[in-house]
Amino acid sequence: MRAASDPAAGRLAWPVAVVAAVALALLVLPIVGLVARAPWSELPELLARASVLEALVLSFGTALVSTAVCLVLGVPLAALLARAAAWRALPRRLLRAAVTVPLVLPPVVGGIALLLLLGRRGLIGGPLEAAFGITLPFTTGAVVIAQVFVALPFLVFAVEGALRSADRRTELAAATLGASRWQVFRFVTLPLVAPGVAAGAVLCFTRALGEFGATITFAGSLPGATRTLPIASYLAMQSDPDEAVALALLLLAVSVIVLLSLRDRWVPGVRA
Amino acid sequence: MSPEAAGTSGGAVADPAHPALHADVRVMRGRSQVAARFDVAPGHPLAIIGPNGAGKSSVLAAIAGLLPLAAGQVRIGGRRVDAQPPEQRRIGVVFQDYVLFPHLTVLDNVAFATRMRGSRARARAAAEPWLERYGLSALVDRRPAELSGGQAQRVALARALAAEPDVLLLDEPMSALDVEVRAGMRAELAIHVREFGGATVLVTHSPADAAALADTVLVLESGAVTQRGTLAELRADPATPYVERMLAASTSD
Repeated sequence: MRAASDPAAGRLAWPVAVVAAVALALLVLPIVGLVARAPWSELPELLARASVLEALVLSFGTALVSTAVCLVLGVPLAALLARAAAWRALPRRLLRAAVTVPLVLPPVVGGIALLLLLGRRGLIGGPLEAAFGITLPFTTGAVVIAQVFVALPFLVFAVEGALRSADRRTELAAATLGASRWQVFRFVTLPLVAPGVAAGAVLCFTRALGEFGATITFAGSLPGATRTLPIASYLAMQSDPDEAVALALLLLAVSVIVLLSLRDRWVPGVRA
Repeated sequence: MSPEAAGTSGGAVADPAHPALHADVRVMRGRSQVAARFDVAPGHPLAIIGPNGAGKSSVLAAIAGLLPLAAGQVRIGGRRVDAQPPEQRRIGVVFQDYVLFPHLTVLDNVAFATRMRGSRARARAAAEPWLERYGLSALVDRRPAELSGGQAQRVALARALAAEPDVLLLDEPMSALDVEVRAGMRAELAIHVREFGGATVLVTHSPADAAALADTVLVLESGAVTQRGTLAELRADPATPYVERMLAASTSD
């Protein structure tokens, strides 16, 4: 409270400073611990193991596919959400709530929900198996679906923010120059929001790569098919902690790269 | 042809390359209505003049198809366009503060309309003469953010006219310019508007713009037309206190 009214900005009451330091330690010390206790000398050997490589390839493959799916589905959804600003309150809020659900829902709940929808006896899963013989749960496809479910809002909100800040009149100008609605989207709207799309895709990829709860519930943990890096790391913790730490370091390295690539350009909810 | 066309201003069918514009527009602007009815012959630009908030820009937007008509119609020659989307009307617009595409170079801004109908290479080639005519050849690789106000106006005009529209609409074309360059750009714009030769409507609140760019003036106040005529006619017999004040204030402009 004092800090806000204090004209000498930068000076904090000491209890505030102490609590802030504790909070910061809580965020940073676990990473320090991980890096400090990592079996650095054995790292090359650990990371070269077949089980690790298998999880690595599966994780990056599924996260890339999920990001692509999120781009294809999420950009139009973001366009709808941005346009919904002109709607009446109820449908507008319902739409926004629907997109926000995966952000606030525990991933395990998402996994159970997906299982009940797409499982062999699910609302869609039952007819799907009866008609086409397709069963989704516990397949690599299920991994992608679980990742898309949790990661899509990250992309949608990033793109929506970019769409809202773009000047709508450029779209009108394009229309007077003979551009059809599709051409306006393709040649004006999309290029204008490209930075937002890129930032959203990076966040989406990171979220997909780290997905655990929904994946293990809906897709299980089959080596080579559904056992992604986070799941492999969690399981290795019971049998071979060194391997688990190596996998954790791998995920940490990806996070650091993402952080560097985004820098201060975009964090959720805030535009630079 | 509807019988109404017979009573429109002279010269409306004189130039087959450039049809006349017949506008009878009523648009909602918040809760109030804006109504204006006028004809513009090719080569005889009309200036819509009026105080801020009179609905001048709404009239232009309605003609271009960017704002829905509450009632009325828009015709270009014998072609009725009010049911068409903006991209099919062949109406060029120079927007207030120009609204260039910030992600495209000057070249690609001017080539935009042709690009919508064909390949990038052909569109860029077709843009060449326009860039040359508007003195933009040295600026082709610049982005809109790197242009001065006057340069941006040239790009906006070249971009609109490269689409070879039947009608040209200019929304406050001088308002984004610094005062020092305004007179020069106004004279330049007047030349280009004459060169275009089609039906042209200009929105402004400056009698100086109207004098330089238009043949006739239509005064719009609080959503309704209060007077129309040449500036000399307005001066001789101002219909409202606004017209009188506006003309008095502009003698030094």
